[in-house]
Amino acid sequence: MSEVRSESKQEKSVGLGRVLVLVYGILALAAVARSLYQIVTKFDDAPVAYLLSALAGLVYCVAAVALVRPGPRWRRVAWAAILFEMAGVLVVGTLSLVLGDLFPHDTVWSAFGRGYAFIPLILPVLGLLWLRRRDSIGAAN
Amino acid sequence: MIEWFAWVQIGIASLAALVCLTFFFVKRGPNDYTLGSLLLVEVLLVVQVVIAIVAPFTGNPPSGDGLEFALYLISALAIPVVAGLWALSDRTKWSNLILTVAAFSIAVMIFRMLQIWTVQGA
Repeated sequence: MSEVRSESKQEKSVGLGRVLVLVYGILALAAVARSLYQIVTKFDDAPVAYLLSALAGLVYCVAAVALVRPGPRWRRVAWAAILFEMAGVLVVGTLSLVLGDLFPHDTVWSAFGRGYAFIPLILPVLGLLWLRRRDSIGAAN
Repeated sequence: MIEWFAWVQIGIASLAALVCLTFFFVKRGPNDYTLGSLLLVEVLLVVQVVIAIVAPFTGNPPSGDGLEFALYLISALAIPVVAGLWALSDRTKWSNLILTVAAFSIAVMIFRMLQIWTVQGA
């Protein structure tokens, strides 16, 4: 990435972080709105799947907020939220493929987030990379 | 929903994403072109709200789920506003990448809304 050489590492990190936060925000909105719709209209069909979607949406909200907030406590919250998402998408993604009967209804994590262009799978990885990078820059200053 | 209008919206939102991405790559901050393109996307979304309210009364009801459609539309309305306010407060080139993501999400959401509106027996 030679075109950003003029920019300081910190500026780039801040900018990338903001884009990440926006994507988290949109995903949170999508997951929460969708699960609200599912809970309102057909909760009895698959209560577990829909509550799981709602929980996932809330955790995305937490992650988005924690990524913007400074301080060690929020950093730990961000780590926890993102690790939870990573575990969620891997566990539910695998289960939905191997034991399809368990998850007959789509959640945000089904089939590794296929319904959401695999963003739920990619995002935690980017989030963790960004957190690590921000920590290392913070330590250097 | 009027099908050709939805496609116009998808086209303009994609173009807006392209414009914002270009300005991001040439390392410019948000300007009248990038903010204006998002404004246009938002105005079209407001028109879409009017169409969605009026259409069922003119013999064009959704064959899919109206509630799901409405949730998408309400969420979509918020995205350009948030991204635009963000770009006003942060004048770096990164705001243009944020506007790109916002515009692209709108294009995807309109496509999904068109599917929901026209689906047979959701």
